[in-house]
Amino acid sequence: MAFISSGYNPEKPMEDRITDIGPRKYDEFYPPVIAKNKGKWLYHEYLQPGVLVHVAESGDEVYTVRCGGARLMSTSHIREICEIADKHCGGHVRWTTRNNIEFMVDNKSKVQPLLDDLAGRKFKGGSFKFPVGGTGAGVSNIVHTQGWIHCHTPATDASGPVKAVMDEVFADFQQHRMPAHVRVSLACCLNMCGAVHCSDIAILGYHRKPPMLDHEYLDKMCEIPLAIAACPTAAIKPAKVEINGQKLNSVAVNNERCMFCGNCYTMCPSMPLADTEGDGIVIMAGGKVSNRISAPKFSKVVVAFIPNEAPRWPKTAETIKQMIEAYAKDARKYERLGEWAERIGWERFFEKCELDFTHHLIDDFRDPAYYTWRQTTQFKF
Amino acid sequence: MAKHETPMLDQLESGPWPSFVSDLKQQAEKRAKNAEGIEFQVPQDAVEDLLGVLELSYKHGRTHWKHGGIVGVFGYGGGVIGRYCDQPQMFPGVAHFHTMRINQPGGKFYTTKFLRDLCDLWDFRGSGITNMHGSTGDIIFLGTTTPQLEEIFYELTHKLDQDLGGSGSNLRTPADCIGQARCEYACYDTQALCYDLTNEYQDELHRPAFPYKFKFKFDGCPNCCVASIARSDLSFIGTWKDDIKIDQAAVQAYIGGEIVPNAGAHSGRDWGKFDIQKEVIDLCPTGCMAMDGKTLKINNRECTRCMHCINVMPRALRIGDERGVSILAGAKAPILDGAQMGTLVVPFIECEPPYTKIKEEVIEPLWDWWMEEGKNRERLGELMKRQGLQKVIEVLGVDPDPRMVQEPRSNPYIFWKEEEVEGGWERDINEFRKHHLR
Ligand code: HEM
Ligand code: HEM
Ligand code: HEM
Ligand code: SF4
Ligand code: SF4
Ligand code: SF4
Ligand code: SF4
Repeated sequence: MAFISSGYNPEKPMEDRITDIGPRKYDEFYPPVIAKNKGKWLYHEYLQPGVLVHVAESGDEVYTVRCGGARLMSTSHIREICEIADKHCGGHVRWTTRNNIEFMVDNKSKVQPLLDDLAGRKFKGGSFKFPVGGTGAGVSNIVHTQGWIHCHTPATDASGPVKAVMDEVFADFQQHRMPAHVRVSLACCLNMCGAVHCSDIAILGYHRKPPMLDHEYLDKMCEIPLAIAACPTAAIKPAKVEINGQKLNSVAVNNERCMFCGNCYTMCPSMPLADTEGDGIVIMAGGKVSNRISAPKFSKVVVAFIPNEAPRWPKTAETIKQMIEAYAKDARKYERLGEWAERIGWERFFEKCELDFTHHLIDDFRDPAYYTWRQTTQFKF
Repeated sequence: MAKHETPMLDQLESGPWPSFVSDLKQQAEKRAKNAEGIEFQVPQDAVEDLLGVLELSYKHGRTHWKHGGIVGVFGYGGGVIGRYCDQPQMFPGVAHFHTMRINQPGGKFYTTKFLRDLCDLWDFRGSGITNMHGSTGDIIFLGTTTPQLEEIFYELTHKLDQDLGGSGSNLRTPADCIGQARCEYACYDTQALCYDLTNEYQDELHRPAFPYKFKFKFDGCPNCCVASIARSDLSFIGTWKDDIKIDQAAVQAYIGGEIVPNAGAHSGRDWGKFDIQKEVIDLCPTGCMAMDGKTLKINNRECTRCMHCINVMPRALRIGDERGVSILAGAKAPILDGAQMGTLVVPFIECEPPYTKIKEEVIEPLWDWWMEEGKNRERLGELMKRQGLQKVIEVLGVDPDPRMVQEPRSNPYIFWKEEEVEGGWERDINEFRKHHLR
């Protein structure tokens, strides 16, 4: 493995340096039919789950075949996507916000061969490489974060629970039987890279034990005042500890006050929280970002804790399936999961989804908590 | 023969959904075989070790990535995230496994030529594992070593005409919805605005000078396909001011059943015959629609542009012509002070290149205020909460507008400023006492 230089010279880092050029310009990559009709689209339709047609003022049409994908992708997989795009789509392809892959063709006759090609491609382990779906009133791909594959703060894995849940709801990825679309998201810690706090259903990794204190290294690795300032509940204070007869500067944590956000760990690597039994999953529900009919909403915590059941997280997958089925059965057409919950009332939501209501679900964090308690006699028995 | 046994991960190969484990395994095999004779610049068994370390995490229920290590390319404070394994002896192939964020093109359209160029570079100088894409929007290259960072950057900029994205306390890589490229609802060119601001603010993107991260996201309409309203410090949402355009013949075609409602999104179930009264008019949140005989009427002044009727009848109803953007500020995830949704700070602003008003009258004043007043790691939304929406209005120099609030205040704890009260606050107690005995 000899080192091969690209031409970069560490002695003179500024020589020929190119910086701040930004991304490649979007329109270099448009398929011709997109470039030609941009801004002049008339309407669209879903021909079948996963297949869209957009019709332009010019009469041009573009057919889009949407496929699910694991957001973690190897170059082998991307090269296979390129091969398909070359074969069917004139060398163009795009990704959606929810990590789906979209193959576009400019003629209806090209759709079926593309679908056939995609259906035949499977991984060695047996799963589809390019399942078609993710449109309309169904369950689309789960957006997610890094998890154990690449992050330092997760309380759960990301790719694993997503795979398990998508396997469970796979039929609804490929059909349109829901009252409205269902957006599921996963964040493996409270940082929530992404926006799981506004999803129809959110899977959130959560720690349940206060940080451990690596006193011996703490002062060497961390700026103690920063760690103290980082705590949203003021649970951390400076402390002197004695280790091996040596007086060390460190911190003390008031465990009762800790809500396990991990913010101190972000500031100070000597305060890890991760724990096999402590860590697990919170399920949230009823959020949305679109302004359609009702205003955007936050998701609400509906299950305070499910243990990490690697490798297939059965309880998590089952709970989500349960909510989706109750919603499909009971909600009205066009009603998002959160709108449904608000119409029937949260007391009914727990009943219909067969979820337990526990004291952990009552908000007790600062002012916003008060606005979630009931201040009316209008409730349901 | 695989380098590490992965009995737990193997269970994620079954089931219909694309298995990342199968994909990792195919990549590991490919690297082991190396049919193309690539002179790998990071360990050939990196992907096998990645599988190994992930299996260990599955066993322990804990991550094995370390918190630590500042790495980057010269002159940039963002774009590279250092990552080290906490079991380097067991998994030397991923002992150093840094992330590079590659600024994605708008709308995430690609040519296969460009994708292959990226793959060639990443097979040669990285693990060949990516995220397509990270939550912020970038293409994420997962797994390389420190000596490769400058080399990758050099090749990206010299050969691929392509820059890194953002990380750290700076502008994060902006991201947009597909917009006018393929969506008839888009009220402005999301890609053009995203590209323009990304280039205008390269310095802010690459050199951390902010109290904390800052995100721009661009949605072409209030459907919010990139969730800008929930996850960007400044969210640009397309809107219009004039009337929804109605094609009455198409309305009749929906009523008659010749055109399927909601573009066919509900095809999986029999919801009965389309009923315009029940499905559109009665669901309109403002109650501003009615059928007048065979004519659909919209009282546009009362419409809040929620998109419902347009979504249900895209061939009959179209967005208006007087288009622009609404700008909302301060959305963020829970850390630290709880989740926040974006707050409407600019109800309407025109959105045509070169976007001078947006830059000079909205973005830059907000940044100046935040950089001046924001505490370390305080997001814009938290500063807004701490100092108030009135302060934002002052910073932007705009007039207060009932559109910015859900409702007026219900508590009368009004903070008057001294200059707002006639005669000021300084008074003479002795003057007062002349008429009010002690
Ligand atoms: C030993 C080495 C460390 C490594 C490898 C490391 C790595 C990282 C990484 C990868 C991020 C995420 C950056 C992003 O999202 O763009 C991060 C964030 C952060 N780290 Fe560390 N860290 C280390 C030590 C520390 C220490 C000692 C502190 C504080 C005393 C610290 C404070 C922070 C802060 C404040 C952030 C948030 C940055 C942001 O606003 O995005 N880190 N760190
Ligand atoms: C406490 C401070 C935080 C730390 C230490 C932190 C750390 C990190 C790290 C290490 C990554 C990179 C993961 C990887 O690629 O390996 C990351 C990515 C990211 N973070 Fe954070 N983060 C913090 C706060 C936040 C917050 C508050 C948000 C959002 C409101 C956020 C949004 C993101 C996003 C969108 C990504 C990209 C995720 C992806 O790759 O898909 N982060 N963060
Ligand atoms: C600007 C200051 C205030 C004004 C002008 C004010 C005026 C009033 C008035 C007119 C009432 C209704 C009396 C009635 O029933 O006819 C009332 C009720 C009341 N006030 Fe105040 N008040 C003020 C501040 C406060 C403060 C600071 C407190 C407590 C610390 C307080 C506690 C109450 C309580 C407990 C009631 C009875 C409420 C009820 O029974 O519903 N008020 N106040
Ligand atoms: S959500 Fe948390 S654990 Fe997951 S990638 Fe983001 S920072 Fe890491
Ligand atoms: S985990 Fe959060 S609440 Fe607990 S001590 Fe750390 S910063 Fe404070
Ligand atoms: S946000 Fe609006 S304009 Fe953008 S893709 Fe979604 S529906 Fe279309
Ligand atoms: S866009 Fe929404 S508010 Fe406006 S007329 Fe249509 S349904 Fe009513």
